[in-house]
Amino acid sequence: MANFATETERRPWLPLPPWARGTLVTLSSIAVTMLGLLFVTFLIGRVMPIDPVLAIVGERATEEQYNAAYRELGLDRSLAIQFFYYVTDVLRGDFGTSLLTARDVSSDIARVFPATFELATIGILFGCILGVPLGVIAAVRRGSWIDQIARVIALVGYSMPIFWLGLMGLLLFYGILGWVGGPGRQGIFYEDMIPSVTGMILVDSLIAGDWGAFRDAFSHIVLPAALLGYYSLAYISRMTRSFMLEQLSAEYITTARVKGMSEWAVVWTHAFRNIRVQLITVIALSYANLLEGSVLTEIIFSWPGIGSYITTALLSADMNAVLGGTVVVGLVFICLNIFSDLLYKVFDPRSK
Amino acid sequence: MKTIHTLLGTAALGLAIGLTPMATMAETPANMLVIANRIDDITTLDPAQSFEFAGADVIRNIYGKLVNFDPSDLDAGYQPDLAESWTVSEDGRTITFTMREGVTFQSGNPVRAEDAAFSLKRAVILNKTPSFIITQFGFTPENVDETIKVDGNTLSITTDKRYATSFVLNCLTATIGAIVDKELVMANEVDGDMGNNWLTTNSAGSGPYSLASWKPKESVTLSANPSYYGGEPEMKRVIVRHVQESATQRLMLERGDIDVARDLTPSDVDGLAGVEGVEVLREMRGRLMYVSFNQKHPELSKPQVRQALKYLIDYDGMENSFLKNWYVGHQNFLPKTYLGAVDENPFSLDVEKAKALLAEAGVENLELTVGVREAQERLEIAQSLQNTFAQAGITLNLEVGTGKQILGKYRARELDIYLGAWGPDYPDPHTNAGTFAYNPDNSDEANATGLLAWRNGWDTGGLTEKVAAAVVEGDTDKRAEMYHEIQAEFRDTAPFAIMFQLIEQAGMADNVEGLSLGGAITSVAYWDVTK
Repeated sequence: MANFATETERRPWLPLPPWARGTLVTLSSIAVTMLGLLFVTFLIGRVMPIDPVLAIVGERATEEQYNAAYRELGLDRSLAIQFFYYVTDVLRGDFGTSLLTARDVSSDIARVFPATFELATIGILFGCILGVPLGVIAAVRRGSWIDQIARVIALVGYSMPIFWLGLMGLLLFYGILGWVGGPGRQGIFYEDMIPSVTGMILVDSLIAGDWGAFRDAFSHIVLPAALLGYYSLAYISRMTRSFMLEQLSAEYITTARVKGMSEWAVVWTHAFRNIRVQLITVIALSYANLLEGSVLTEIIFSWPGIGSYITTALLSADMNAVLGGTVVVGLVFICLNIFSDLLYKVFDPRSK
Repeated sequence: MKTIHTLLGTAALGLAIGLTPMATMAETPANMLVIANRIDDITTLDPAQSFEFAGADVIRNIYGKLVNFDPSDLDAGYQPDLAESWTVSEDGRTITFTMREGVTFQSGNPVRAEDAAFSLKRAVILNKTPSFIITQFGFTPENVDETIKVDGNTLSITTDKRYATSFVLNCLTATIGAIVDKELVMANEVDGDMGNNWLTTNSAGSGPYSLASWKPKESVTLSANPSYYGGEPEMKRVIVRHVQESATQRLMLERGDIDVARDLTPSDVDGLAGVEGVEVLREMRGRLMYVSFNQKHPELSKPQVRQALKYLIDYDGMENSFLKNWYVGHQNFLPKTYLGAVDENPFSLDVEKAKALLAEAGVENLELTVGVREAQERLEIAQSLQNTFAQAGITLNLEVGTGKQILGKYRARELDIYLGAWGPDYPDPHTNAGTFAYNPDNSDEANATGLLAWRNGWDTGGLTEKVAAAVVEGDTDKRAEMYHEIQAEFRDTAPFAIMFQLIEQAGMADNVEGLSLGGAITSVAYWDVTK
């Protein structure tokens, strides 16, 4: 992208100021990426060894019923035509109807995405708030007991199946201690009680001013979010530690110390400042992972989010839902990438 | 991997629950029934289209039918519901129903013979998958106006030939026999779809409950119908929550956050033993587990080989180990409790006999592939088969896939062996006789994918005619006798080894009374439930 930009400066093909050209280049690269994503997901949908027609009509259907559904899905047209219709529909925000829920895929996603978004956001906050300081301290006190503890925490996070940990958490905090709400996003008392504005129950219950509903929703989200947060904590703290170690062994740190600078200032104002940029990428990546990869957590906690939505859709050959979900997840990835690029520019003096 | 996770989780949970006293139980509200169940198979709530278990559960509680089962006495067979009584014409082809007076839909509209006729015609005209349950009586979109007629408060239906009256009425108790509110449904018609799109997510019935909401893969909420003719149900709200994992369902039950857990694995059921305030409800369901041998395979089509394979299955071993209390041995195509069901299970593991039969057929070093869905108990059954087949020198390879993948191949007659389950479509013996032992045209072109006999390339050798004769026999005792004979021949000659019948085990709070899961013949009923 950088090369492209310098080239256009030499021989401007559009009478636009550099910032506008930069935006244009970014936008067109997003468009190309999205088109590629659409193409790949479309192809995967067509070559999967699952028959989407059978998924609709069921195994008892007659030939005639099968053919009617086949035509209704437009499968009798050529692949190119199908792809063309698919892209034009998607551009209008129309992903078609889900076979499983009998609703528009876009309205399904509008329903399930906020659930995942809420869960992942609290999870990543948890991971950052605990993971970053832990990584920094582990690096500073390298080899000490606190470093060992951080290592064990990360190791458990890497190796323990999330499925097992989730069930254990449910058993302890819900089953035995009764500190948190059980599976699902809400208790039955609050089911359908809070009007849906954003789709995020924590936010919606605040908007409705219902403190009881907020507490109920919080007691349901805290455990799965902590679990997800724990997994990102493991990753974030390890990465923070290694970034910090690299900085702490650099010459400028030695110089700072020789100059008699306090250890606090050396660590936080010198070394930490220099790893911010790398950290942003790490956090953005694990956030993106939480947004699309929390399938098991969603299943254990009966959390109706996009991860379990895409998975069940995939297993049932509900291709419209799979494609729609994938496109949305892809979009989230791209947005997070752009966002971390922007932050990069803000924080990295060299990019100025 | 998932299986390992589940096992690990279950084992650890069992251990931990065993060691720790549970916190005091919370309680669901006294007038509300809360159920955990896997409900992600619901794709529509239109009774003319719905053909899944969880959908049938919902529809049974929302809609009245002409005739219906009494949940407190399923053995009594069909009973009057929206039809108060009926008469059969002398030639046996026309049944005339007299409608119950003074019954209203949840909308307030009266339930008329007109609505009943509309509902049946609608199912025929829409021609969705389950429509065969009523179109098998000769109703077509072209002739419904002549064959389904309304005269004041009576409705008459005329079949294309004489059938056993019990057969026709049994079919009308199926989901597709639900009576919808014509005025309400047609008010929501779009592009001539007879309200199909609208009914997918809405209800228009006269049953004990109405649909409050259906959030796919999340929950179904039903509200009691205060004007239900049988009296308003005691449970004012029924919430069915989608909970995927057995261990999670069990935990919620033990916490008192739910009243009923419907998808418990046998180990979780065992774990509930001795837990205070919880009991286990066991009901025999209609689902059969079977293996079948494709007759297009040159070796499998030899009669001795089919017989040999039936002797190479460790029925007792499986029933007494991983299937314990979950499936019970049953080697006939009619589930127990069906008219004509028999309890003869002649096959057991006999490797020597099987070897002799294989030698007689001149078969050696046979290598076969079995298609199996990736569900824990099915994989275990497949592994057991692999083991016992090997004892007679047969190599059995497992082809594991999702339900849809394996089913696609099975329907295309491409599998050597299929391991699967079959549930009856309606509570009449013809449902299974017609799929397992009926195949009028065995050619590839016939494409009779709905018939299991066809899927296995089996020309039934005379059973097809016997099945056709049994379904038109008016004398019920004689009819039952005919099914006994068909099944005896089937056990001997068919390329099917029927192995087990399902027992549903639901964990339940012990204050819940009157819950019926529907047995082998119908779906769950909530309206008699008290707490």
